[in-house]
Amino acid sequence: MSTLLDHVMARATDLELPISVHFDLTYRCNERCVHCYLDHDDHGELTTAEVKDVLDQLAAAGTLFLIFSGGELLLRTDFFELLAYARALGFDVKLKTNAILIKEADALRIRELGVRQVQVSIYSHRAEVHDGITKVAGSFDRSIAAIRFLKSQGLRVLIANVLMRENAGDYPGVQALAAGLGAEFTLDPTITPKMDGDTSVLSLRIPTTHLLQVYTDKSLLGPPQPPAAIAGDEPEADFLNDAPCSAGHTACYVSPYGDIFPCVQFPLPSGNLRRERFDDIWRHSQQLKEVRAISLRDLPTCSVCSLQSSCTRCPGLAYMEGNMRGPSSADCEKSLVAAEARRIHEAN
Amino acid sequence: MTDLYIARGQRLAARTLATETVILKADDSGLYVLNEVGTLLWGAADGVTPLATIVERLICPRFEVDVASACDDAVEFVRALGDHAILTVSDRPITGEATPPASAGAAS
Repeated sequence: MSTLLDHVMARATDLELPISVHFDLTYRCNERCVHCYLDHDDHGELTTAEVKDVLDQLAAAGTLFLIFSGGELLLRTDFFELLAYARALGFDVKLKTNAILIKEADALRIRELGVRQVQVSIYSHRAEVHDGITKVAGSFDRSIAAIRFLKSQGLRVLIANVLMRENAGDYPGVQALAAGLGAEFTLDPTITPKMDGDTSVLSLRIPTTHLLQVYTDKSLLGPPQPPAAIAGDEPEADFLNDAPCSAGHTACYVSPYGDIFPCVQFPLPSGNLRRERFDDIWRHSQQLKEVRAISLRDLPTCSVCSLQSSCTRCPGLAYMEGNMRGPSSADCEKSLVAAEARRIHEAN
Repeated sequence: MTDLYIARGQRLAARTLATETVILKADDSGLYVLNEVGTLLWGAADGVTPLATIVERLICPRFEVDVASACDDAVEFVRALGDHAILTVSDRPITGEATPPASAGAAS
């Protein structure tokens, strides 16, 4: 992280500002990905006017970094109106999309509106594998065509490759595909439970042996584990007084129904924007206060774990496993694998 | 000093956090943080108010500095921001393009 961005994040922390917000505009989707954690029915999305009001409130609260996601956000017929409104309010906007609805004219409009990055989910370099995961025939070709449209406009595109059993061996192909398209590439082995608590999708997680292979793959410039895990950095003296992550501290999540959560991966209901103003929720929600009160020292299992300094424990995943102060078994597994990867790295 | 006019650049994201303004460029992800003086200039960069007037009205009373030296510093500062496309700097009023909002302030 750059020094200047460190400064901005420290400033946001000091001022207790929600500098980063992930805003899902819809849960509706035109794909049916096998690992998705969402319920795609529309249970009463915020209207155009309501979304604009929320954006006004977020701007006033100090939010700068805004992720528009879904569901598939381009299913909202008012998407470009909302994007233009957000940009006029001075937000830094990133989009997360499957991109299959993006045509040339849409790519042009996205560039003209000053979007900084478009993240597109690609599961494999093989169309049949990608389409098998999305359950939409032809989705691979449409997403790739959209990426070409976006790149032709000079936009920054990030290909996000979620790893699961179905595509576990395909990431080198996706990485090469991204390079060929002039896109950035990121790999994520995290499969999360559904927001209703259903854990059936966890069976899609790649096995530990394959995770180790990923963590020791030297071709990956941005492995899922931070460099500290590989380099074995010593924790800072006040490490245990730190917050577990930015969720609820400088970041939060807004659902299509106006619900506020600490993070998209931390479905702790903390208020609803149809009943309360954002600022009231951000400053006075008992749930957010509870999240903010937790330092690493307060985690009974994790605070005494030998891997604590390099662990990327997600409190949201821990919450979904039943205890926001407990460990997340998925992150425990990743930390153990990262430690083994470090041992192998040091031995070579 | 020849009158200069300043307007906020295009394709930027910006937010004022207390006395600082964070600016992010869409095209290259360039990140800039303006200090208190820069934040005052950014907020007043409407394209039509002369820079000297901005300095005289906003900067000098606040920082107890004489107008001449404050103007010299301000010209150097806005030209530097102009080089980075954070501000548009012109010797005539800038009215041809929409000037983005200074951003809603937070925790000020």
